[in-house]
Amino acid sequence: MSPVTTDKPDPAPAAPPGGGRGGALATALLNAMRSNVRQYGMLVALGLIVVLFQIWSDGTLLLPRNVSNIVQQNSYILILAMGMMIVIIAGHIDLSVGSLVAFVSAMAAVMMVDHDFPWPLALACSLLIGAAAGAWQGFWIAYVGIPSFIVTLAGMLVFRGLTQIVLEGRSLSPFPKGFQNIAQGFLPETGPDTNYHNLTLLLGVCVGLFLLWQEWRDRRRQLSYELDVLPYPLWVGKCAFIVAAVVVATLMLASYRGIPVVLLIMAGLLVLLGYVMRNVVVGRHVYALGGNRAAATLSGVKDKRVTFLVFVNMGVLSALAGCVYAARLNAGVPKAGEMFELEAIAAAFIGGASMSGGIGTVFGAVIGGLVLGVLNNGMSLVGLGTDYQQVIKGLVLLAAVGFDIWNKRRAGS
Amino acid sequence: MRSITKTFPGVTALADVGLTVAPGEIHAVCGENGAGKSTLMKVLSGVHPHGSYAGEILFEGEPCAFRDIRASEARGIVIIHQELALVPYLSIAENIFLGNERASRRLKVVSWNETLRAAAALLARVGLGAEKPQTRVADIGVGKQQLVEIAKALSKEVKLLILDEPTAALNDEDSRKLLDLIREFRDHGIACILISHKLNEIRQVADRVTILRDGRTIETLAVRPGGGTGDGDGDGDGGLSEDRIIRAMVGRDLDHRFPARTAYRGPDAGTVALAVEGWTVRHPIDHERKVVDDVSIEVRRGEIVGIAGLMGAGRTELAMSVFGRSYGRYEAGVVRVDGREADVRTVPDAVRHGIAYVTEDRKTYGLNLIDNVMRNITLPSLPKLRRRGTVDAHEERRVAEGYRTSLNIKTPTVLETVGRLSGGNQQKVVLGKWIHADPEVLLLDEPTRGIDVGAKYEVYTVIGRLAARGKAVVLISSELPELLGMCDRIYTMAAGRLTGEVPRAKATQEVLMRHMTTHVRNDG
Repeated sequence: MSPVTTDKPDPAPAAPPGGGRGGALATALLNAMRSNVRQYGMLVALGLIVVLFQIWSDGTLLLPRNVSNIVQQNSYILILAMGMMIVIIAGHIDLSVGSLVAFVSAMAAVMMVDHDFPWPLALACSLLIGAAAGAWQGFWIAYVGIPSFIVTLAGMLVFRGLTQIVLEGRSLSPFPKGFQNIAQGFLPETGPDTNYHNLTLLLGVCVGLFLLWQEWRDRRRQLSYELDVLPYPLWVGKCAFIVAAVVVATLMLASYRGIPVVLLIMAGLLVLLGYVMRNVVVGRHVYALGGNRAAATLSGVKDKRVTFLVFVNMGVLSALAGCVYAARLNAGVPKAGEMFELEAIAAAFIGGASMSGGIGTVFGAVIGGLVLGVLNNGMSLVGLGTDYQQVIKGLVLLAAVGFDIWNKRRAGS
Repeated sequence: MRSITKTFPGVTALADVGLTVAPGEIHAVCGENGAGKSTLMKVLSGVHPHGSYAGEILFEGEPCAFRDIRASEARGIVIIHQELALVPYLSIAENIFLGNERASRRLKVVSWNETLRAAAALLARVGLGAEKPQTRVADIGVGKQQLVEIAKALSKEVKLLILDEPTAALNDEDSRKLLDLIREFRDHGIACILISHKLNEIRQVADRVTILRDGRTIETLAVRPGGGTGDGDGDGDGGLSEDRIIRAMVGRDLDHRFPARTAYRGPDAGTVALAVEGWTVRHPIDHERKVVDDVSIEVRRGEIVGIAGLMGAGRTELAMSVFGRSYGRYEAGVVRVDGREADVRTVPDAVRHGIAYVTEDRKTYGLNLIDNVMRNITLPSLPKLRRRGTVDAHEERRVAEGYRTSLNIKTPTVLETVGRLSGGNQQKVVLGKWIHADPEVLLLDEPTRGIDVGAKYEVYTVIGRLAARGKAVVLISSELPELLGMCDRIYTMAAGRLTGEVPRAKATQEVLMRHMTTHVRNDG
């Protein structure tokens, strides 16, 4: 197949190695940034918020103890935000997650407290309940065609009601230690006394090495496919940044009680869901559906099945968040999970989701959730009341999305 | 209207067009799809505001500068679009006065008594006296809805009524009523611009006809000698013949060139790759209407077969309904691929049988505009790029780069958002997407719509190459020279039916246009 008028596509403007450093590097950096303004923008904003509260709280914010605290405090919102991001990318919304969190935590409590289930079995059953609830909603949305707003609004009422029916107004506690550890536990202490948490150090080294290896492998494969890559010095800088970030995070966690169990869960989810959305066919179909449903359907995307799966996934994640929440509270209570859906939706939008679907990343949802979480924690540390916290969080949401729209309009797309 | 010029990015839609309509005249405007009729009417009615075009509009002797449609309506110019602009769940009366409510002057409280009284009076004027003004618009037929639109126009004290294809969706009886009504208005001094593909209608009611072609005025002809207002049924009264109009509509200089075709010489050359038999599809909402009616076509390997037809002929509907029943309500018909009956009930089924459909509306049905070039190209064939369950990102990038080069897609990188590319390059992305799916049959629907001449040539080359590799290609196009330049055989459609099959040797624009304007009785 030889084309008619092929002027050779201008070769990738890869900077000549070594030469013309400043200008070429800056352009490459700008290009890399520009492709993902909202996400990088939010990362920068997160950094600024951290610095601001670190100063304002006289260094309390980044104390190892408080960092662990932030992670555990926000874990369930972050888990929900990841699922919510996928729902929003698919062009839907889920208002029921808060109620589903409550329902699942109530069911887990009933199983463990009233019926003495061993906690792993209770956890597994909880996740199944979540999947079933997601499948129920997904059925109405995908196969019957009722708008997700309506179906999940109904779900919000139904699951909240079921929670109260199951609990009969009681608060059920306590849970087995193993279950509590899901939210409150840390990796066990082992090895010699080094002043640091050994397992955490080991894991930190592994993660760091793995990330570096992956960067190196990617770069090599990209070169072998003759794709354009970051200029070498910039790439080294990127690697150095990765190493620095891993080292700082590892030391911080290792100097307290080590890595919280829930952080491992979240990291696992982030890697898994991020990978699925980027590299697995079904994830790519989610983006295509959200971007242009008609075009995706005409390209052979099975829109009903994909939509269904998105809601099943949301159900499972809601169940997981429900278990984490119950474990953290060490109780199943009727009022669990109130307003969680709105926090999760806000996190997704701050993290770069688009109201009309098709745009966003799971990583972005985590950043958005962390922005909210750090704000919460920081404002509590400096003694701002929850009344002010609400106002400020609302304004941050407005500003984040407003900035994005302004930025898009300026770019003229 | 004097020397109106209107350009869109990359395309000149109207070049120095003039049109004069006398008071109390029915003035027909005709031309092929894309000749500029609708654009001209949008300029006249203020949809394209003053300042976005060059030239001037004189109405009753005064120059006009309409900012929007309300400004032109205030002067008594009302346009009725082909797609009706009625709110189905509101009553007839509410629709008539929508945006123009009969309301008290200061508080704007709607006066229902006045609304209903006035609506009833208007309905009587358009011959709908039997309908209650309270009836929901959704509950009356399309023909009556058209009349409601006209009543709405009358409520605005119309002096010039513009009708865009008013009878396209109507059956014979409703069409006749509508045309009678237009004639009656003429006798009351209302001027009317009638855009129509149905030449017999034009001969029946119009006084003069202006023909547009490629955004230019070709000529204005009197329908009857002396331009008198005869009773209008006269064949053989020495009036303008349909052939004369057709000649003016198509007689263009061939300003496109087409690449030479190489014949496919594979062992299975000439075998029928796709056969559609007795295909009948009803309109998705209006089940009374057959949009595709008993159509049978076949395409051989290495062959390019054209489908010609005017707007509403059912070409797109045929292609989309064959492609996984993506349009309308299937009623009857069989699809055979390589002689075997194929189950193509869903898009994945159709793709599995090697059928691909390249849409005429790439922005709505073809592309995810907010995603990048690469991901748009690989979407239908992602499973092919799978390695151990996941999409091989590097291979995907390589594939996309390959199409960027071979189709000459002009973009800085395949990671560029598709929405930022020009129309021609977007079209190449859609083509690349389906070429990568490696189909045996390609249904190409207006593959060169809205793209410049250079890009067209490139698209023709790609199409020619596909046929030379033994693919069967169906080319749907409104541009007759394109069909004549590319196709081995051309089917013509009108009003949902097949009206002709012309081999290339015998095909001329006049012959095709004759078949395309054949009036088939619409008794759906």
